[in-house]
Amino acid sequence: MRYRIIHRTTYTYESPVTVGHYIARLEPRSLPFQECPWHEISIRPVPMQRAEREDSFGNTCVYFEIEGSHQKLEVIARSLVEVLPAEGIDPSETPAWEMVRDACRADHASPASLAGELAFSSQLIPTGAVFADYARSSFPARRPVLEAVCDLNRRIFEDFIFDPAATDFATPVELVLKKRRGVCQDFAQVMIACLRSLGLPARYVSGYLETLPPPGQVKLVGADASHAWVSVYCGEVVGWVDADPTNNILPSDRHVTVAWGRDFGDVSPLRGVTIGAGEQRLQVAVDVLPEGE
Amino acid sequence: MHLGYSNERGVFDEMVDANGVLRPHWKTFGGFLNQCGTEDFKARSEDVQRLLRDHGVTYNVYEDASGTSRPWSLDILPFIVSQDDFKAVQAGLDQRGRLLNAILQDVYGPQRLLRDGLLPPGLVYANPGYLRPVLGVNPSGGRFVFTFGCDLVRDATGRWQVLADRAQAPSGHGYALENRIIMANVHAEEFNASKIRRLASYYETKREMLRSLSPRHRPGEAGILMLTPGPFSETYFEHAFQARYLGFPLVEGADLTVRDRHLHLKTLEGLRRVDVVIRHVDDVYCDPLELNADSLLGTAGLLEAWRNGGIALANGLGAGVVETPALHPFMPGLCRHLLGEELMLPCVPTWWCGQRRELDLVLADPDRWVVKPAFVRGARDPVFLADLDSEQKARMLDTIRAAPHEWVAQEVLELSTAPTWTGSRIEPRSLVWRAFAIAQGGGFITMPGGLARVSPEPHRWLVTMRSGGISKDTWVVGDGAPDPFYENLKKQQTVVIRPARPPSGVPSRVADHLFWFGRYAERLETATRVLRAVMQRLAGERSQVQGHEVDGCVSLMAYLGLVPAGTENALEHLPALLTDPRRPGSIPDLLGRLRYNAAAARDRLSDDMWRLVNRLERDARLPAGAFLLSSAQGVLDNLILDLAAIAGMQQENMTRGHGWRFLELGRRIERACGVLELTGAATQCCEQDDSLLTPLLEICDSTMTYRRLHFARPSLAPTLDLLLLNDINPRSVIHQLQILGRLSAQLPQVPGTSTIPTPRQQTDSLLSDLSAVHLDSPARDAAGIAVIIPQICARLVKELEKLSDIITEHFFSHASRNPE
Repeated sequence: MRYRIIHRTTYTYESPVTVGHYIARLEPRSLPFQECPWHEISIRPVPMQRAEREDSFGNTCVYFEIEGSHQKLEVIARSLVEVLPAEGIDPSETPAWEMVRDACRADHASPASLAGELAFSSQLIPTGAVFADYARSSFPARRPVLEAVCDLNRRIFEDFIFDPAATDFATPVELVLKKRRGVCQDFAQVMIACLRSLGLPARYVSGYLETLPPPGQVKLVGADASHAWVSVYCGEVVGWVDADPTNNILPSDRHVTVAWGRDFGDVSPLRGVTIGAGEQRLQVAVDVLPEGE
Repeated sequence: MHLGYSNERGVFDEMVDANGVLRPHWKTFGGFLNQCGTEDFKARSEDVQRLLRDHGVTYNVYEDASGTSRPWSLDILPFIVSQDDFKAVQAGLDQRGRLLNAILQDVYGPQRLLRDGLLPPGLVYANPGYLRPVLGVNPSGGRFVFTFGCDLVRDATGRWQVLADRAQAPSGHGYALENRIIMANVHAEEFNASKIRRLASYYETKREMLRSLSPRHRPGEAGILMLTPGPFSETYFEHAFQARYLGFPLVEGADLTVRDRHLHLKTLEGLRRVDVVIRHVDDVYCDPLELNADSLLGTAGLLEAWRNGGIALANGLGAGVVETPALHPFMPGLCRHLLGEELMLPCVPTWWCGQRRELDLVLADPDRWVVKPAFVRGARDPVFLADLDSEQKARMLDTIRAAPHEWVAQEVLELSTAPTWTGSRIEPRSLVWRAFAIAQGGGFITMPGGLARVSPEPHRWLVTMRSGGISKDTWVVGDGAPDPFYENLKKQQTVVIRPARPPSGVPSRVADHLFWFGRYAERLETATRVLRAVMQRLAGERSQVQGHEVDGCVSLMAYLGLVPAGTENALEHLPALLTDPRRPGSIPDLLGRLRYNAAAARDRLSDDMWRLVNRLERDARLPAGAFLLSSAQGVLDNLILDLAAIAGMQQENMTRGHGWRFLELGRRIERACGVLELTGAATQCCEQDDSLLTPLLEICDSTMTYRRLHFARPSLAPTLDLLLLNDINPRSVIHQLQILGRLSAQLPQVPGTSTIPTPRQQTDSLLSDLSAVHLDSPARDAAGIAVIIPQICARLVKELEKLSDIITEHFFSHASRNPE
């Protein structure tokens, strides 16, 4: 599938900002199953400085400074992305989850132990017995890892209620597990916490999902949103496999990957520090348009 | 011997050998110990305390409920290191510094150590000190660590071992120097007789090393700063002390800003490029943009500026990753692999539980071990598993099993002991020596000294300043050869330095603190004088006149907000006004604010000035016991003298730069406000009764002048003239405004806007308002004056506060930062 994506972020500040420093992670990644032939970011007011680099997870990030009094910042990212359907993997053919766990925990260096970087707790995603206990019923002894992951994916989908009013971006993962409510970001973080608490490497993936309008209706502009899901390490042969607990699916060509990391903190689309902003209002509008419509 | 000192614990003792015989390098000092009696020790101990107090040496303890700083504790007995020991440690630290850098270069670069299996990946990946944004940064000179500290302990055989590495922002350099200054003073003769190596050349090397780091080649002009978390930091004392000693400005994160991916200092004269930052802020707090987003201590974009190569950071960000004791078991292998050398200074034997075999070993025989967190320093004290009951032990082991990589285990150490003065005798106490090293050429040189610490109680293993440890000066025995530093100094050709008057470079925040230092000094003086005036009248023989005056004074106090309006009995409020720091406007409250602002501008104040600030605090303490008017009066008298000394020090000894100017601005604004408020209030009361004029003149320190001019009991119009309009009276309002006028003409140029006038415009308008006041106009009788003057006073106070706001707006405005 080919998509045109427009991601518009607007900050409105109560009082004028004199200086702002920002980092944006808005460029879709180039991957074996995904290409980004064209991408641009336009920023208003025009930044004095702009520098691009790859972060430690290989995401593209753009640093920019805005100097001079302003009360509004607008960042528009436009991308053209081509995504191939995921290769079918037979979950029952994947190694037992304990084997993956032990390989990642090894003292010595191996591809698996390097993937193990994502098996530890991180700033926003803790690990612990509560998460391991919740995950346990999906992970009986010697179950193939992807089978277990699909089961956990389904259980989170069924046990949790999608409720944007229940959480905000700062709600701790333990609380989400307790309330069983939240949005895609919360479900992804709960699932990651479960997997890591069992010793499996899991990463947080941010990106977009093409949404379809209800039957008979026209798709509204700006109706899409950023999306978040999970990627799990399934051993050296299979590698990383994505899972989307919000929709109980293994992502294919309707998911567009922008960035990944340990948690939301590593992939935040726009992070900034301003001086003198006072209260601020954030508006985000995303359009994921299949090419040819 | 030596006041009954004996090596009772059977471990290695620094001073005496197993047979109780003095070790050779203690001979000279031991001779002194032998001659000394308990009384000598007590006397010298008091000297140490006095010097620590005078120098204001403190250590802030976060956990302390009162939030106050704790005086530094320094033993009067030094810890003496032999030449041979020092040589071995010097060689070991040189190697260790190179090794730490080599590890950091790899971890933040190609990560070959992880791929080749020399470092378990988990040790890096689970380590919160591993900062992913630093990956790929190539610091100038390729080095992350320029200065580091090592906690060294001696095992039972007398061999030095590394207990911990401090590689981010090692603390203790400043305390070590301060300890030396005090000890060399208290034991001047013994120190000189003992051929002890001096510290000066080490600090000179440090200064030169920092200068050499500047990425821009601007010898002598490089912008070098010392970054501190601020006055609430545990070790703020030494940040300010070192900044002054090395001669680099002390700044906080908010003083800096990144523009065009370069770091700048916000000064009164505008932005100035920064080349080198010596940081005393821990890694993750340095940059809210890329590291801890909640940090208010850092500067947004600092990491980007460093990545961009425009600045050198001493030390580089991310160095915290090598501070973990989990690294210890791998050090010999890493040293062989990276440097091709055998590790010279061994680490304390350590097992990292993140490894299967090591974990099993610990779980199999728990009682052998002390366990402590592998990564988060100070998160909790080491746990002696043998000391736990079976339930606690089971819980602890479960905690370890749940996240084994977060724990290390060590065998119980028998630290060496050093003689320590307890107040009545000399006892052996466990010792940890923090040695320091700085980069020189391709290697590192070790400070011939360092910060030694001993346990606060006998038979206690834990030795940290946080838990109440006692520090010791470290004396390294030299060979008596002249110090190469002084020799070089003599040989050096005189460099021709042209007289220069560069911009002051005063950070805006520092000017802000100096401004408020000035304001609180004056406010404190006014409050002190008012209280003294009341007390003298309460204590003295109560004539009827004085009775009236007391009432008048109390209404002045009410007007100033010191007591509630309608207060009848001032006496009951006095104890609180003198002792309660939570009561707004009380002496301790104002003193706290004064001190806070002085501390935040510490590196701009001379040592003498700082001593006076410390003395002020000491003199303000009432003797314990019941509240006595007489002792309270004594306290107030002393405060007034101390404040006069501070004012005198400011006038006679402070450079007339912008720093001084802002201090003076604050002082003059506050004094004018004080006189105006008091005069306005007194005039209002004068309608019924002019008994207030005597105390008013007294509080405004103008009694003598009045007497000399008028030889009569005070009456209203001449009093007002003297306090408001007479410019020969240094306490008069006009005198303050004239000074403000001169000062504002000398401030850095700022553009006035339609909404905010310049300070100069504002002072001009204040002066013209005041000159319109006429007291001798025949149309004005006493009643008329009593109505008009309070109004004028109130208006002038308002305009002065506006001037204060204008100054803030133009020069200090560094609004808080909001992480998004």
